[in-house]
Amino acid sequence: MQLTGRSARTLHELLAALREVPGSCIFYHTHHLFLSHHFEKPIVYNEFANWVSEALREEALSEKLAAIDLMAFTSIRELREAIVGLIEGSLAMNSGRPRECPAGDEFHFCRSKSFVMATGVTAEDVPAFFRRLPAVTHVSLYFHFLEARLRLERKTNDFSQWLQWRGEVELAESIDRLDPYVVTLDELKEQIVELGRSRGIN
Amino acid sequence: MESTRTGICLKDYEAIVGADVLDELRVVADCVRGRRLQNINSTAVGGGVAEILTRMVPLLRELGVEATWDVIKGDGAFFEVTKALHNALHGKPEKFSEQMYQCYRDTTEANLRQMELTDDIVWVHDPQPAGLIARKRDAARWVWRCHIDVSSPMEEAWKFLAPYVEQYDASIFSMPDFAQSLPIAQFMVAPSIDPLSDKNRELDSAYVAQVLERYGVDPERPVLTQISRFDRLKDPLGVMAAYKLVKRRHDCQLLLAGGGAPDDPEGEEVLREVKEAAGSDADIHILELPVFSDLEINALVRGSTIVFQKSIKEGFGLTVCEALWKRKPVIGGAVGGIKLQVIHGVTGFLVHSPEGAAQRASQLLADPGLRVRMGNNGHEHVKQNFLLTRHVKDYLLVALALEHPNEDIVHLC
Repeated sequence: MQLTGRSARTLHELLAALREVPGSCIFYHTHHLFLSHHFEKPIVYNEFANWVSEALREEALSEKLAAIDLMAFTSIRELREAIVGLIEGSLAMNSGRPRECPAGDEFHFCRSKSFVMATGVTAEDVPAFFRRLPAVTHVSLYFHFLEARLRLERKTNDFSQWLQWRGEVELAESIDRLDPYVVTLDELKEQIVELGRSRGIN
Repeated sequence: MESTRTGICLKDYEAIVGADVLDELRVVADCVRGRRLQNINSTAVGGGVAEILTRMVPLLRELGVEATWDVIKGDGAFFEVTKALHNALHGKPEKFSEQMYQCYRDTTEANLRQMELTDDIVWVHDPQPAGLIARKRDAARWVWRCHIDVSSPMEEAWKFLAPYVEQYDASIFSMPDFAQSLPIAQFMVAPSIDPLSDKNRELDSAYVAQVLERYGVDPERPVLTQISRFDRLKDPLGVMAAYKLVKRRHDCQLLLAGGGAPDDPEGEEVLREVKEAAGSDADIHILELPVFSDLEINALVRGSTIVFQKSIKEGFGLTVCEALWKRKPVIGGAVGGIKLQVIHGVTGFLVHSPEGAAQRASQLLADPGLRVRMGNNGHEHVKQNFLLTRHVKDYLLVALALEHPNEDIVHLC
């Protein structure tokens, strides 16, 4: 994880930073919790939403930020505009004195720096793909499903694209319809495996 | 019981972290091979940095990376200056004079005359050796690894240090809150513990009981423990105040154990204050442990019921991880890296006062089931986030990141 040294104490400061920070910051704070270990599944993975609720007690805005459908975006630019738009709207509605977070609860902007390397797990055909999928790590799934789609702007996940190239159009579309943002990576993997199983591929 | 320091190799970690973690580590290390990684700090023994380097350097070498470790030399006056600098960077008011700054510069210069510096990657740990950057050669990449909380430093101290830090290629902090507004790249790398070191490996219960008895601690009665240097920022007096509140309702003992480090001249004074505050309470055990007491420290923590790390300021506080790994609930000050390790209500409790610490200790003493649940959670939390293998990988990735400063996604090998 890379640090920016930039932090926010109020909604105005958050907004100002959101307009300027690199796209990798937006991606980090909306995605990295998917890779973290949790004792309980988080209710919200979007860290902007969490901070707005926990540090500023702006619950209505927090709910709106948490409700952003990440599947609706295929670029970080669009996602940034959506977040910025919601905060601008909230500030326009509330003309009172902006709340300041308690000392120590500032929002610290971080950014993702990803390193991509071959894992050594390969599939030569569709049955092999589904046989080997259980061995794929969280990090690999995260890259092929979340980073590929939104950060690399491939419009779909790598698995669906690969299956499409092999003529498995329906299967590719089914996997593309999976919402990775409401499940854990383990659950996502199981859903993909199940889609293969339901079509007799194993 | 004998030390198992020698003979540990990467393969030994597989049973703890899994084969996939080690495979990934080898792939990353292959990409760094051929470069020399030179670490420089201010002490070979005592303190978290020396402990980490003791374990990390051999592992890096086994992975095929040419890692080295040098320690700067300094006299008492130099370490008085760096201790004041350390405290001031943590935000504690200190007085500085031109003579002190000159002492720092002269010691830095003396070390530079003796030290051979690599042309590849140099990791300088903490403020004491930060001035060595003066001799950076163009081809080399220098990283300032800051293990302390510099988020709200005394201005004068940061003003002295910043011109050095800004000459580095990158800096590393232990958590986002510590990041500074700097013109160089900043990374976050949390420190780690080694699960196979003498300080953390499994011990048999007979040995644990034997060590407790050797130091006069009754293994049959609850033990509240803080393992830390005798340093005001670790608040040993606050721990004692908490113990005295708990003692009103619960039979228990207090164990304050710590070792000194050559770069910490303040320790003796604090130790004297702590002994004075303990008075004649026979259930308070204050232990000055020599360096190389890792097995004893391990046993003392394993024999404890609850572990405190009630710091007022903290760089990271690896003693928390060490206790969590041993399945002990931890009551920690809500500062610095303790906040990353103690998940409030899950692996322990975060507190802000001796009264808060006492209340949580009483709660845990009254609920053995809660202690077990938090202990198990703590072990898992460390396994997922704070073991040496993750730390080694992060350092290797930072080394690679230095070669790809402008890429958010780096394709390797």
